[in-house]
Amino acid sequence: MRLTQIEVHPVATEETARRFVEICNACRYCEGYCAVFPAIELRRQFTSGDLSYLANLCHDCRGCYYSCQYAPPHEFALNLPKAFAELRLQTYERYAWPRPLAALFRRTGLVSASLALACTLLFVFVKTPPRPNLPSGTAGAFYAVMPEATMIAITGTAFIFAVLALSLGVLHFWRDTGNGITVRASSLREALGDTLSLRNLGGGGDGCNNKDEAFSQTRRYFHHSLFYGFLFCFASTCAAAFYEHVLGRLPPYPLTSVPVLLGTVGGVGMLIGIAGLLQIKATADAAPVSKLLVDIDYCFLILLFVAAATGLLLLGFRGTNAMSMLLAVHLGVIVAVFLMLPYCKFVHGIYRAAALLRSAAERPRRASAAVQVKDAADA
Amino acid sequence: MEFCDVLVVGGGNAGLCAAISAREAGASVMLIEHAPRTLRGGNSRHTRNLRLMHDAPTATLTGKYSSSDYWHDLLSVTGGRTNEQLARIAIAGTPLLLPWMDAHGARFQPALEGTLSLSRTNAFFLGGGKALMNAYYRTAERLGITIKYETEVRSICIVNGAVREVLAVAGGSSLRVKPKAVVVSSGGFQANLEWLREYWGDAAGNFIIRGTPYAQGLVLKNLLDQGVAAVGDPTQFHAVAVDARAPKFDGGIVSRLDCIPFSIVVDSTGNRFYDEGQDIWPKRYAIWGRLVAKCPQQIAYAVTDAKSNELFMPSLFPPVRADSISELARKFGIDAHALENTVRDFNRAVRPGRFDPNALDNCRTEGIDPPKSHWARPIDVPPFIGYPLRPGVTFTYLGVQVNESAGVVMQDQQPCANLFAAGEIMVGNILGQGYVAGIGMAIGAVFGRIAGEEAAKVALDSN
Repeated sequence: MRLTQIEVHPVATEETARRFVEICNACRYCEGYCAVFPAIELRRQFTSGDLSYLANLCHDCRGCYYSCQYAPPHEFALNLPKAFAELRLQTYERYAWPRPLAALFRRTGLVSASLALACTLLFVFVKTPPRPNLPSGTAGAFYAVMPEATMIAITGTAFIFAVLALSLGVLHFWRDTGNGITVRASSLREALGDTLSLRNLGGGGDGCNNKDEAFSQTRRYFHHSLFYGFLFCFASTCAAAFYEHVLGRLPPYPLTSVPVLLGTVGGVGMLIGIAGLLQIKATADAAPVSKLLVDIDYCFLILLFVAAATGLLLLGFRGTNAMSMLLAVHLGVIVAVFLMLPYCKFVHGIYRAAALLRSAAERPRRASAAVQVKDAADA
Repeated sequence: MEFCDVLVVGGGNAGLCAAISAREAGASVMLIEHAPRTLRGGNSRHTRNLRLMHDAPTATLTGKYSSSDYWHDLLSVTGGRTNEQLARIAIAGTPLLLPWMDAHGARFQPALEGTLSLSRTNAFFLGGGKALMNAYYRTAERLGITIKYETEVRSICIVNGAVREVLAVAGGSSLRVKPKAVVVSSGGFQANLEWLREYWGDAAGNFIIRGTPYAQGLVLKNLLDQGVAAVGDPTQFHAVAVDARAPKFDGGIVSRLDCIPFSIVVDSTGNRFYDEGQDIWPKRYAIWGRLVAKCPQQIAYAVTDAKSNELFMPSLFPPVRADSISELARKFGIDAHALENTVRDFNRAVRPGRFDPNALDNCRTEGIDPPKSHWARPIDVPPFIGYPLRPGVTFTYLGVQVNESAGVVMQDQQPCANLFAAGEIMVGNILGQGYVAGIGMAIGAVFGRIAGEEAAKVALDSN
């Protein structure tokens, strides 16, 4: 991944975004597209934190780029989606915890692949030595080949670490983007709705832009497929834990059981979503896209794809001798996913949700700060 | 040699409305656009809204805006310099535009948080005029309209009262088109500084052209040279005061400055020359371009202080800031003593009052000429801020005369058999002077549709 070695100039990235946002604030034609522009209109000066907030509020729908009278080849060369994408990458590093690991963002592809391999090897090492024939009735009996305590200790530690690192990151983001804002229950509801619906990827109704000026909802729908698939898989794990520790039922669970159904639907949903997103990404107009994010974008999708695919393979072949190896691979990938969560594209969802919360909390200010000399007179 | 039923010259709002209408009437259509694809759409790419008559609230318009309200607004800005018959056709056509535009890909912005003061009279394009142009071009492509970018029409050959052929240049090679009917929608000549120089001399070199650099007026000139009847004062243009640091062309909306009611404005000698607080800004917005154009070297400077910094919309560039008036003058390169005297005299003339930026308040001056009638407050709180101003030309009034079918009329008052006009090139028929927000797009759309349909009728009848 040579692209990761492209030099990034943090100050230049921020200055470019600031200049663009000042032009947007004088223009305001895009205010109907998404939450970014009403948030710009509330401000006159744009601090580093403001820009971080705006960049993470941006859903990269690219509608503003194609509508922009100042986009290249205009001399202003305004390209907000690209500038915001580069600034987002910078903010991911800025808020990373612990700080030294921020460097991982520059080589997520390499790091994820190495981690997945290492974790797989770890599970291969700790799993029970293969036996010629599995006792009948142990199809999918994972604990027969992997000590439960070991499995939970490794995955649980990785998960708790991820939650801790992500929490500290988002806390840092929230502090950096401004204090003194009241978050009401209604703001929480609104932000949750915006997060779950991706309303801001809707371009004011017709969707976002991929190849050209044409609008489409496909990116949003594929993202939904991935996102809800991911949630289903997470729910599947929770359901399995409930089965085991509350109901006292040990795996394997039948195909029609809640954990298996949730996991299957979720896994398939993820695969469909990722395939769709990869296809859109590969054929998208390069102009509003930053090359700096190629690695981080593709890596995240591929990592999740491998996680979902190995999960489904494990389900499909749980009755065979391949099960123990597939289990080691799947667990290895899952632990790699957990460990990478705070240092890969996954953080976009966390910071964006927080930015949406800030945006919702700002709504009362928007309503009261009716622009006094709102002149559209000469348009 | 290429053939088509209807040739549309100029791909802005009016041209696309004409091309789409002609195509949907059954004609084969070619559209010639001077700009490359990325800069297509003429001045329409810089617009934001259009003015629509409506009897009841719609999804994007509040209240009602009657035909007679519309007519009176037009009458007041033009001072009666309008062709009433054509104006009434334009106004009557506007209620039909919303469904037509919607059907052809246009999207409108719902009024946001109540910040758009024009939501009763004007519908706002979602994403602005360039988004509207993108939607129309997509529709045109879908309908099978041939679009030729980076192609400049040089001559529309009128022989015996009808267009015989059209000559154009594309990438160094010439193009001959033999259409059965032609719609010209190629705009005014405001980007043609040489032409402006004929009326304004060297002052034209100091004008900033707010819109497309492609509005060269070559088609307009070509038609007038062939005996087409002219309308509109050739020396006049619509202009507003823009930031002198703005790009020479295509600066669009972001170069405009709304600081004038809260400032004093001086010319390069450091003296005031007009009442900055004469009326609420939207009503006086448009006179300042002409006022600055009459200043020495076509430059003026708005000066105010820290109190007023956030009373107006932010603009493209930050203001020039200084801790003293003389320092501000030095930064502007004007006489520091003169500016200090002007500010001192102004401050002394300010009468106490209750300042209200949103209404015609009672803060005014006494005993100076020119007075400042409203929003006059002493300029005394540093940092002092200022903006350099230039005339920002939006469009020219000179155009071709048309009849109620958008047919181009010759000097003998006979219509040219197969030549129609829409948009800025004929807007002078209705707007003899002045401007009211969104009327250019309204006239362009209504007459674009008429021109397209009439051109298709002529072309198909001749088959």
